[in-house]
Amino acid sequence: MMFIDPHAHMISRTTDDYEAMAASGVVALIEPAFWLGQPRTYVGTYVDYLSTIVGWERFRAGQFGIRHYCTVGLNSKEANNEELAEGVMEWLPRFALKEGVVAIGEIGYDEQTELEDRYFRLQLTLAKELHLPVMVHTPHRDKKRGTSRSMDVCEEMGVSPSMVVIDHNNEETVGEVLQRGYWAGFSIYPSTKMGNARMVEILKRYGSERIIVDSACDWGISDPLGVAKTAQLALESGVPEESVRLACYGNALAAYGQSGQMKESDWLDPPAIDQRTLFEGNSILRGGRDPVIQEPGTVGRRAGLLIE
Amino acid sequence: MAETPAALLRAWVSARAGEHLSWLEDGLSGLAAGAAERDLHLFLGFAPRKLGKADLGLSTADLAAAEAARPGWRPGGWSLDGAARVLGLLVFKGQRRFAETFKDLRRTADAAEMVALYRGLPLYPEPEALHFEVGEGLRSNLRPVFEAIAHDNPFPRDHFDEHRWNHMVLKALFVGSPLAPIEGLEARANPELARILVDYAHERWAAGRPVTPELWIPVRPFAGDPKIDAALARAEETTA
Repeated sequence: MMFIDPHAHMISRTTDDYEAMAASGVVALIEPAFWLGQPRTYVGTYVDYLSTIVGWERFRAGQFGIRHYCTVGLNSKEANNEELAEGVMEWLPRFALKEGVVAIGEIGYDEQTELEDRYFRLQLTLAKELHLPVMVHTPHRDKKRGTSRSMDVCEEMGVSPSMVVIDHNNEETVGEVLQRGYWAGFSIYPSTKMGNARMVEILKRYGSERIIVDSACDWGISDPLGVAKTAQLALESGVPEESVRLACYGNALAAYGQSGQMKESDWLDPPAIDQRTLFEGNSILRGGRDPVIQEPGTVGRRAGLLIE
Repeated sequence: MAETPAALLRAWVSARAGEHLSWLEDGLSGLAAGAAERDLHLFLGFAPRKLGKADLGLSTADLAAAEAARPGWRPGGWSLDGAARVLGLLVFKGQRRFAETFKDLRRTADAAEMVALYRGLPLYPEPEALHFEVGEGLRSNLRPVFEAIAHDNPFPRDHFDEHRWNHMVLKALFVGSPLAPIEGLEARANPELARILVDYAHERWAAGRPVTPELWIPVRPFAGDPKIDAALARAEETTA
């Protein structure tokens, strides 16, 4: 089965992770622009970060046979630094049209401050102008209210729910998100967000329409195999295969494909120029092997004792 | 008289623009008539979205016309969107100096855009003002960006000093990039490069790693030096 991980901060991950993800069946992933774990203090470092995720990281993923897409945006934490935020907003439109940019994101609320609200709205306007989907980060604290408020503001700004993925859902938020017509993202992230056994229960209860599973792997303790492991657990628990395919592949493609920047042919039949320069091709697709779930570091060059 | 590179690019891109020909023509006339830089950013951003990323697929006659327009320019591997981007940049009449505009574009470029920007090097005005930008591209970890400068591009041959030239050849070897597509590989051979390459070959042999036969192309002109002759003999043995 092919997987898409539509939320993975690969800039913080190792080559072992890329190898393990490729072996598990991940053919494409989306790297949302986010907070690096500590705040940036210059607009220039933010610009270089965006430049890295549209350039170098995309190339790096391609070397492992994984197609890399990204979202660009000013995240909610750094929206609270007004000087930085103003500067980033000036540069954003230039990055929004880069190749492989599939949404404005991840944007939304952290502490639900006035500045967060201002830049969330400004970026929703930008997404609307450029016909790009939006990836909304929902807050860890006061989550339920923050999630409802995020959707209220999208509607106020005239952004269609079909263009918005509300991410980091849990049992408490999913009902309202689906009922209001949004895509519902779930981050399989140990301890703080979702576990995959709980995710399987959600798939059983709600089905898989508009549900999107991601790993949100980043610089914290997280698992780049979150999507593959959830798919396997769901299949073993009797969730129908088509349902798993939608939640772990098809829905992400449908939601972010609305950007016009992400197509199945990108990995199944890549343009000749990309094959020569930016994309090594997927060894799983080439070899027709079954995806295998192996922990990072146990596949490829880390497997043996010899280092050559 | 030979056509200009811009005229050739325009003909090639127009012929392949299909239903987006009027978008292309409107965009180019705006850029030529002193449009704001924002319009240039949009044109460059929309190029692959409108035109696609297919290979230009140039004919032998096209390639001969390219050689006549700019000796050493070999756009055989160019893509449609890349050609349109270089064309847009060539016709753009900006307020700032070309090198400043280029620097700004390079800072924010995605990978394919960066490849296109650097492939256009031999066609830009004020080549001597672009040395810093070229250095940034050579240091890139994106092999296709490095190759956009090093391969099928006469800019290094025509504008690099010896130090930069030598390090470009070395980096090509180091990242496993072929040397044959480097314009001027033989013409710019020099004793210092030959010495460095022989040292490099010895390092590879010591590590039990293979040495590409291409390494010897810029070394052979300096045969006669005992160290070089010994290395060439060892290379003969290992490939025989």
